[in-house]
Amino acid sequence: MSRLNEENLRIARQIISAYPKKKSALIPLLHLAQEQNGLVTNEAMTHIAELVDVTPAEVLGTCSFYEMFKRHPVGEYQINICHGISCHLLGAEDVLEHAESSLGVKEGEITQDGKFSFEGVECIAACTEAPCLQVNYRYINKVNADEFDQLIDDLRNETKTEIPKHGTLANTRQKIPANKAAGPAQVEESSRPIWLKRNKEE
Amino acid sequence: MTIPLITTSRWGIEDGHTLEGYLRTGGYQGLHRALEMSPEEVHEEVKQASLLGRGGAGFPAGIKWGFLPPDVWPRYLVVNGDESEPGTYKDRLLIERDPHQLIEGCVITCYALGLSQCFLYVRGEMAHGQERVAQALNEAYIKGYVGKNILGTEFSVDVILHWGAGAYIVGEETALIESLEGNRGMPRLKPPYFPASIGLYGKPTIVNNVETLSNIPWIVEHGGEAFAKIGAEQSTGTRIFAVSGHVKTPGVFEVEFGTTTFRDLIMGEQYAGGIRDGNSLKAFIPGGASAPWFYEEHLDIPLEKSVVDNAGSMLGSGAIVVMDDTTDIVKACHNVVRFFSRESCGKCTPCREGTNWLEKILDRILNGYGRLEDIDLLLDVCDNISPGISWPPKQTTICPLGPSAVSPIASALERYRSEFEAYISLSVDATPVVLTGGAHE
Repeated sequence: MSRLNEENLRIARQIISAYPKKKSALIPLLHLAQEQNGLVTNEAMTHIAELVDVTPAEVLGTCSFYEMFKRHPVGEYQINICHGISCHLLGAEDVLEHAESSLGVKEGEITQDGKFSFEGVECIAACTEAPCLQVNYRYINKVNADEFDQLIDDLRNETKTEIPKHGTLANTRQKIPANKAAGPAQVEESSRPIWLKRNKEE
Repeated sequence: MTIPLITTSRWGIEDGHTLEGYLRTGGYQGLHRALEMSPEEVHEEVKQASLLGRGGAGFPAGIKWGFLPPDVWPRYLVVNGDESEPGTYKDRLLIERDPHQLIEGCVITCYALGLSQCFLYVRGEMAHGQERVAQALNEAYIKGYVGKNILGTEFSVDVILHWGAGAYIVGEETALIESLEGNRGMPRLKPPYFPASIGLYGKPTIVNNVETLSNIPWIVEHGGEAFAKIGAEQSTGTRIFAVSGHVKTPGVFEVEFGTTTFRDLIMGEQYAGGIRDGNSLKAFIPGGASAPWFYEEHLDIPLEKSVVDNAGSMLGSGAIVVMDDTTDIVKACHNVVRFFSRESCGKCTPCREGTNWLEKILDRILNGYGRLEDIDLLLDVCDNISPGISWPPKQTTICPLGPSAVSPIASALERYRSEFEAYISLSVDATPVVLTGGAHE
């Protein structure tokens, strides 16, 4: 069941149609698969390969290059603790140590209830809010030990509803109304764009 | 003269990210104005503005635009929103707080250069930013600011929001294009793969940074000349700097380019407010993790590209990271080197192997197994990646990532060699430690 479901297949086809070449949709489709299953499965990669006309090995090749794609299970809440230079200077290592003792698992492991996993990640562009972290790519700024524990409690008790489950990337998708679309610029389309032509003539 | 806020004017406005808020505050006026002009005239305004690219390299945007070969179609625009340089924090805010300004900049650029499709590549980890851009694009399409027959003219272009998935190297423009084609983000060799001539799908492509494009609406609305009057002669307009680390009030500030100094930004009450806890300054990184470090004596250097270049570093991505005298320089150096080691794409041997070994040697020193010859060994590896360890760096690699890992080591050793020696002098020297492995994982 880890191929794209009917609804996601419809979304996948829409995503593909926006690009001049199908393979460009590969990364967005991997996100879609991860959103559906919480990770990227072999079946999903095979399905994506069929959709964009490449081999499953090529999909794996791309997938394995990017940090965000998880081919093994992670916690329902994946906690990415920034250990970039700005966070390092303001105690990122303490946050990492605290996470390990507080959750009772090591970096990369999942808590027994399946809820949490954590890892140290490179700079997440919130340097003035150091030390910071992301839970399923939602920011938590200037975090200390007490706040970390409070965060874990809130997530465990499901009182922090603004953080979706792992894999959900963005709650809003781009939607191009059919009558408003300019359409993809096909690689073979080799004539000068019309608005340049008009100006040229003037 | 009071300097107008060019790119951050809506950051304090609650609904500045919505179409309603954007229009109420003068949004899309640049596009209206552009459509009254010929594409060539729009390009001319940007040239006159002398707008330097804000991504890191600082190349003039108007000149970059001029590299497109005549009469080769289609041409594409790729927006570099893969902000990941450690310490850099500006594009995410521009994306989240003023997405319409960025979209307007994209649309105007496409009009000026005859670009037939735009791909807005937003770093994968910026989920909120993606939501904001998606929402803004959806509104803009409905009202005809993007898409078919923009504002009732013959000009049509789609702006497609594209998601990254976590890889620093994708911020390099040819790697960005590879990634956008669905591949591993590995840089291409230049020449021949200069994006302006052989870019996305092998077609002419302009790759511009988010901040660069966010300046375009203002430039077109007010004119390139007005823009060029702000800032220094060769560093025009304003620039956004993120000041982080050991300062009292870390923050992201838009300041006049070329005139404000590092001292103003780091020590000024209205900016970062000085070093925390009454401590003193030990070192600061002036332009992101790739930049050689600066010290106390560099504080009065103005934030002007050519002056900073001549002083031996760069303004890069506008990321200033401040270290006070409590900083363990060896650990800080290790931290930055580890970043480049992890983010090396693995294509070129000097970078893949070199950054890895640099990290391992620093690991050894920090863990109490360092040897006195390790300092020379570090410099030797650095020299293999970037011959001569000079600035600007010489490259043995396709892209600058490898040489970037040399900067923190050369800087830290030049000024604080004694801290490395102190670690080594405490080492357990009984048994030689064999370093294992070397291949990129």
